[in-house]
Parts: sequence; C-alpha cells; structure tokens
Amino acid sequence: MTANVKVSIKNLYKIFGPAPESVLEHAKNGVDKASLLDQHGHVLGLKDINIDMKDGEITVIMGLSGSGKSTLIRHFNRLIEPTDGQILIDGVDVMTLSADDLRKMRQADMSMVFQKFALLPHKTVLENAGTALRVRGFKAEEADVEARKWLDRVGLAGFEDHYPHQLSGGMQQRVGIARALTSNSAVMLMDEAFSALDPLIRTDMQDLLLELQKELHKTIIFISHDLDEALKLADHLVILKDGEVIQQGEPQNILLNPSDPYIEDFVSDINRSRVLRVRSVMQPLKEAASSTAGNVDYNDTLEDVISHSDGDTTKVYLVMHEGEPVGTLCMKDLVRALVPRVPSEESIRS
Amino acid sequence: MAFYDSLFDSLGLREWCGAGDKGGPMTMAELLAKSKGTTATEETSALTLPFPSLDNLHAACEAIPRTRDMTSGVENFFLSIKSSLQFVLDPLTQPLSWLLDGSIWLFIAMPWWLLIGITLVAVYWITRSRASTILVAVTWLFLAFIDHYDYAVQTMAIIFICTGLSVLFGVPIGIAMSKNDRLQKAVIPVLDMLQTLPSFVYLIPLIFLFSVTESKLYGIAIILYAIVPVIRLTDLGIRLVDQDIIEAANAFGMTARQKLLSVELPLALPNIMAGVNQTIMMSLAMVVIASLVSAPGLGVLVLRGINNLELGVGLVSGFCIVILAILLDRVSKATLARVDVSQDS
Repeated sequence: MTANVKVSIKNLYKIFGPAPESVLEHAKNGVDKASLLDQHGHVLGLKDINIDMKDGEITVIMGLSGSGKSTLIRHFNRLIEPTDGQILIDGVDVMTLSADDLRKMRQADMSMVFQKFALLPHKTVLENAGTALRVRGFKAEEADVEARKWLDRVGLAGFEDHYPHQLSGGMQQRVGIARALTSNSAVMLMDEAFSALDPLIRTDMQDLLLELQKELHKTIIFISHDLDEALKLADHLVILKDGEVIQQGEPQNILLNPSDPYIEDFVSDINRSRVLRVRSVMQPLKEAASSTAGNVDYNDTLEDVISHSDGDTTKVYLVMHEGEPVGTLCMKDLVRALVPRVPSEESIRS
Repeated sequence: MAFYDSLFDSLGLREWCGAGDKGGPMTMAELLAKSKGTTATEETSALTLPFPSLDNLHAACEAIPRTRDMTSGVENFFLSIKSSLQFVLDPLTQPLSWLLDGSIWLFIAMPWWLLIGITLVAVYWITRSRASTILVAVTWLFLAFIDHYDYAVQTMAIIFICTGLSVLFGVPIGIAMSKNDRLQKAVIPVLDMLQTLPSFVYLIPLIFLFSVTESKLYGIAIILYAIVPVIRLTDLGIRLVDQDIIEAANAFGMTARQKLLSVELPLALPNIMAGVNQTIMMSLAMVVIASLVSAPGLGVLVLRGINNLELGVGLVSGFCIVILAILLDRVSKATLARVDVSQDS
C-alpha cells in the first residue's frame, strides 16, 4: 500500500502572520482558527493535513473558497513554505531540498496548471508549451518537437504560431495543459484549472483530462470548488474546510457515507443517479442469481440502469465486471441510494 | 540698541557675545541704514517684534553668525572638497566628454544625405511605421532647408548619447530597485530631488567642478535630469508584472536570471519604453538650458535670441525644437506601440 504512494503530506501546518513559529504550539494544541486570530493575531491557514496521494491517481482536493485549498497545492512545490510538517515526494522530503535542488524538482518532477492560465503573453503558443524544456536548457528545436506533439494531443494543432491572447479561454487552458505535459513530469498540480471556463468547455476539458489520464497515468493533484467536477475526476477525494481535512476517501464512499453534517449538506445537492455507480450499491454475489432482468456493468452509473429498467423497481440485475458476474443489484437498493441520508433542511450552509 | 540686547543681557551671555569680533562686511540692511544717515532705533513693541533670525540675533550678539556666513560656509565646504571630488570624478566622467565630442563630430562630418538616409532606415526598422518614417524625413528636410541642419544635428547627437547612457544606467538601477524594497525607499527621495531641483541649480556645482568648456559638464546635467523617468518606470514596470505569471515562472523552476530576461523585462517593456520616451523628452528640455554652459545645438540660437533680442532667431529655433520634440515623441511612441502589440490580453 505504502509502496505506491507518490506524494505524501504529513502533519502540515501553515500559519499566516508576523511570527508563525510562536503560535505553532497553540495551533498544535487545538486552539481553533477564530481564537488564534483573536488572541494571537495569526491566521490559521492549514491545520494538521495528512494526505497520501497514490501513483497514477487523480486526487481532488475540494473545498469552498477560503478553505485553504489553493494554499495547500502551493505547498507541494513550495511556492508557499509550510510552517511545520513534511511533504514527501517519492519519499524525499521537499523541505530538505536546497534552492538548486528545489528548482530542479520544479523543472522535472512537477508541473502546474493555473486557474488564470498564466501563459507568457509575449511568447507564441508553441514557445509557451515548451517552457519547461526551455527552462531546463533544451535547444529550442528539441523543445518545439515535444511541444508540438502535446499541442497536437490536446487538440491545438495549427495554433502553434498564435499568441495566447488570440485564443479563447478554453484553448488557452489547453496550452496550459500542454505546457504541463511537455515537462513530462510524473506529478501534475492543477489549481482550479477549469474554474475560469464556461460549463460546456469545462466538461470538455474534464473529458480531455480523463482521456489523457487513461494513457499517461500521472499523479494528478486537482483543486476544485465544484463537487460535480470533483466527483467526476477523483480517484481519491479530500474535502477541506477552514484549513482542515474533514473527510477523505473514495468519492462514492463519501457520497454514501458522509461523516459530517457539512459534507451531508454538500452532497445533498448532487445529482446522485449520475454520480453513483453500480459497484457502490450492488450486493456481492452470494449464489448464482436465478431471475435477473439482465446484465449491467460494474461501472455503469445508476442513471444508465434506471433508463435500462424503464422505472420498474421490482427488477434485479446481474452486475458484470470484465466479463465475470460479481454481484446483484436490486432496483429497490438503487432507489434508496438516490435519497440523501439526511434531509437538507438542517442545512448548515444557510 | 538692538531688539534682542536685553535677552542676552538677562541670560548673562553678554561676555560670550562680546567675544565675537566685529569684522566682516556690512549687511545690505546696515548699508542702507547708513546711507540714509539714520541709526537704527527701534521701538520695542509686540507689533514691531522682529523674527529672531540669525541676522537679527547677530545685531544683538556678535558671536552669533549671520545668514550670509552660513551661505559662505556652504561655499567654503564645497570648495574644500572640490579638489578631491575633481580628482575622482574627472577621470571617471572623461569618457562622457569623448563620447559627446566624438558623436557630434561624427554626425556633423557625415554627408547630409548619408545621415538622413541612415536615420530613416533606422526609424523604419525600429518602428515599422511608414507614417513615422515620413514624418522624420519631412522634418529633416525642413530643418536642412532653413539652414538649421547643423544645429539640429548637434542637438540630436547630444540627446542620442545622453538618452543612451540614461537607459544604460537607469534600467539596471530600476531593476535593482524593483528587487529590493529598502533600496527603493532609499533611491526614491533622490529621484524626487533630481526631478524637482530647478534645472539651473544642477549647473552651479558642475560649473565649479569642471571647466565650462568641457562637454561632460552639460552631459552630466542632462543625464542627471533625464535619467529619472527611466529608473522609475523600470522599477514600476517590473513590480507590475502579473503575479500569476511570476508564480508560473517559479513553478517551472526558472532561475532568477531566466525570470528576469524571459518574463519580467519583456513584460515590463511597455512601461520601460514609456520611461525612455519621457527620458528623451526631458533631455531635449535640458539640452536647451545646457546651452548656457556651452552645449552646442539649437539652444545656442535660443540663447542668442534672448541675449541679443533677436526675436526671429529665437522664435524660429524654438519652433525647430518643438518639431524635434514632436518627431522624437512620435518615433518613440510608435516603437512603444510596436512593442505593445503582441501583449494585450
């Protein structure tokens, strides 16, 4: 299990203020955010964060604005220095790196995609995409070959000689993704990468990312404030509130078993039939099921099954995974799963 | 006799006051009083209370220096450090004289058709603007036609060298300021002072330091006056570079040098160019005043117009300066526009 942990954060604290070290002890002793600000004049940015990110998975860190998610992602490549804690990448503590090694790590091991694209406005799309390689000292021609390949891959062939301001937002972010891919780093940090795009383009980009991920198996750390996006992309979902992790795990699991009223409230607005999958609500196969109404796939969404069943709640389906029967799905269980466990009248958001 | 006599008496300082010698020339006030043949007899009332200035206190107490002792003190101090200043500054600034003399000689020695041709090609290459190039051609031909060509060329040569040196020194100073808040805090008052000092005041210490016949005298005055905007706007331009882009540069592991050369300077370029435009305009303003200290060029004609009340000479050369200013402004703005074009987002 620990073998394939690629990036790991242990006991990370971040305190903003004139003398963060001095109040670190208070924060560790559990003084909460409000009283730390009142009594000590410091802002608790992140509190005791522990996350393991596995190789080849997409970890989505989700939270509303002010929850510290953008602060957190900047700790991975030390754009922000933590007050305390460890950041391990392949077992190496980033905090121990010298300025030179840190720069090499940023050049080769981690790439980043930004919410506001942050492309160089005076460079062409091709030059922008090749930034990482040019910084590393590659010749322009070599960088261009690699950059062209990735621009092609994200669907921007033919735009190499344009300037960023000539492209639409969605296309600019494709350049941003190509730039990150060209660096060929194993870890990709995506800071609200799709938040600035309009909904249709955002869906396109999410599909593009999932498609790329199927081939590339990068370790992606994705920041989002949008639960639908988070559920769509995440292999591992971390929910952050006021600088603390309040629940993390498999997204389907969080959806079905929210551990906190905050999360219950959060997930109550979700279109569950589109997010939940058969595997999360099925019963494991005990004996050979006799009277099944048909087969459904392990990874189908509940929506697929509903349209399949024509709304008949008495049906039972056989669940197939890679050609093998693995379980049964009662339509009754399915319908029950569609209702949030706690009604959202006790909303804490209001 | 004087108003403040009683003050010193009551303080028991009369002894100390008397110790001061009564030497030194009379003040203008004393001289006037003497020529009127009246000895100053003041009535002491609140209405005629004189301000306790150095001069008034001196009247009561010899030991207190007069104001003009202070100004002559400043002068003596300056004269006492003059030779050592000269020893350091003279060789340091000598290349400036050579540059100025050399470029003026070169520009004048060049046949007119060659110089105008080179200028036009250069302007077209820098601005890629046909309108600017035509403007330059028309201006040059007009100046040559009314026989102001040589003067204009001298003025342009001085501006060329002084602006070049201002950019050469100003941009690195601006970069250093943008990287270091304390340096910025220290340099800004100096820049404010350079900008607010009346332009004639620059010339006073320089006349003492260097001989009036040396070209570096006006060169230094022009550079000091004109370097300010390019420093300010380089500093500002680099500080205004979008922080998101700087963050991206950091995230991709750029070194400080890569960041400066491939991100900060290119993005600050529009601002720096605006500074260069201002620098050019200010050197043109100063080059006219510098004609007081033997700077050649159109300023000499303006000066002649004032000195000899030759109205026509003064007005025509003034007009020539205006069209030179328009020309320089348009060309540098066209360059700015060209630099800007790939950047609007």
